[in-house]
Amino acid sequence: MDYGNTDPLSRQPLAVDARSADRACMREQPFATASDVLVSIRGLSFRRGDRLIFDNIDLDIRRGSVTAVMGPSGSGKTTLLKLITGQLHPDAGRIEVDGEDVHRLDKAGLYRLRRRMGMLFQSGALLTDLTVFENVAYPLREHTDLSPSLLRKLVLLKLEAVGLRGARDLLPNELSGGMARRVALARAIALDPLMLLYDEPFTGQDPIAMGMLVALIRQLNDAAGLTSILVSHDVRETASIADDLYVIAEGQIIAHGTPAELAADPSAWVRQFMDGLPDGPMHFHYPAPSLEEDFRTRGTV
Amino acid sequence: MRFESLARLGRVGLGALERLGRGHLLLVGIVLGVGEILRRPGLLWAQIFNIGVLSLLIVGVSGLFVGMVLGLQGYYVLAQFGAEQSLGVMVATSLVRELGPVVTALLVAGRAGSALTAEIGLMKATEQLSGLEMMAVDPIRRILTPRFFGGVLAMPLLAAIFSAVGVIGGYFVGVGLLGVDDGAFWSQMQSKVDFEEDVVNGMIKSLVFGVVVTWIALFQGYDSVPTAEGVSRATTRSVVHAALVVLGVDFVLTALMFGD
Repeated sequence: MDYGNTDPLSRQPLAVDARSADRACMREQPFATASDVLVSIRGLSFRRGDRLIFDNIDLDIRRGSVTAVMGPSGSGKTTLLKLITGQLHPDAGRIEVDGEDVHRLDKAGLYRLRRRMGMLFQSGALLTDLTVFENVAYPLREHTDLSPSLLRKLVLLKLEAVGLRGARDLLPNELSGGMARRVALARAIALDPLMLLYDEPFTGQDPIAMGMLVALIRQLNDAAGLTSILVSHDVRETASIADDLYVIAEGQIIAHGTPAELAADPSAWVRQFMDGLPDGPMHFHYPAPSLEEDFRTRGTV
Repeated sequence: MRFESLARLGRVGLGALERLGRGHLLLVGIVLGVGEILRRPGLLWAQIFNIGVLSLLIVGVSGLFVGMVLGLQGYYVLAQFGAEQSLGVMVATSLVRELGPVVTALLVAGRAGSALTAEIGLMKATEQLSGLEMMAVDPIRRILTPRFFGGVLAMPLLAAIFSAVGVIGGYFVGVGLLGVDDGAFWSQMQSKVDFEEDVVNGMIKSLVFGVVVTWIALFQGYDSVPTAEGVSRATTRSVVHAALVVLGVDFVLTALMFGD
């Protein structure tokens, strides 16, 4: 299947079996061709104050895949999403989405590109003064001239896809955390985007909500022919749906491969993260002088 | 040690200048978004309601009491010169020229300005503004512009209501309680209060205060640190800065309008 020739706006939903076969093929391919790559990151460096978040990293996201970026808290996962979506500017390097250099686009160009991206924020980011229905309808009202009846049908379909059609009249403060994220997901897919970005979708979810989200992310990706980028530190859930995994730490990509490849990776960094070991290359203790030395030092509380 | 203090002072100065620059850039962005409210006037009406109509009670009650106090104090001063019949002029001129625009601006800064800052700050903290950006909706044009023009238009209307209610308060105390002649109260006010000199200048002042108060409130919210503490600090700063700038600008405008 040639993903590169697929027009995202006229994409038809694909049969799940065919998608699974394509995923298997993609895993076998050692190198992606240029047309396979939807997001290409080259030589990316980003600094926040004195701290180097990314140090000259390269990363590719293949079309149609669920690509997970994992790493410990504070490793820059959310920052990476903000760089891809043009919310932050890199200090060096280039990020291309569907062949367009994100940081060379003017505001109108960037907004045109963002209409083809959906993002699920960690908090859901629902507009608190609007109902569930109005939140999902918001991007459609802003960017299309659909008739009220068509808009209503479309919103109900999106809500049906996340199982919350019955909650359409509720306000965001009446939703549980899991429901809020599903509404945010319905809003993110309202404009039938080219790709979806998920920022820590599983954080703070109970097992049932987490199971629903895990299944939804995979199903949406396959049924709607999306490309999904998922940043998370929930190893098990993420590995269960990802085609491709990147592990980042200390400004570098320390591992890349399929979940099976990373499960077998012997490096200490990967083992500490994947197995959740409390100590290893990433220390349990924040850098400090020895406890003895600290006790000897006179100081006030 | 001396150089360290100097460097710290320089950093503070540069930081303040940078904030001032960001504030002005935001104002330009807000004003350039005026097309948004022309396309969707409903956004503007909603904000005039939020900022104007919901401030009516506090503005009306404050105006009444300020007018009553002016009636009392004015009567005792004027009575010493046998000029208590000019009470109406004194009350109306004080309200229309100064107290109406200034006190209304301070009240709006406290009630609506703080609410605007907290609302925008919380929208930032809960990623609603980033969410809009990601939906290719400019939060400055969609969220800030209607609030700004809502505040700017509501302020002169509120100041006019404050002054009108204040005059009624002064009338109630002066004529109703202290025995000033009813006809003298109104006729002297009518002949001495000049429309252009007093009323229009007062309106211009309140329009300027509307710009200042709403701009400061929106900037503080938009520029706030997106945490509970950051929004709380921004809300406090919004009221304090708005109050100080209103009083300072009032002096400048008064000197320009009535200086000679």
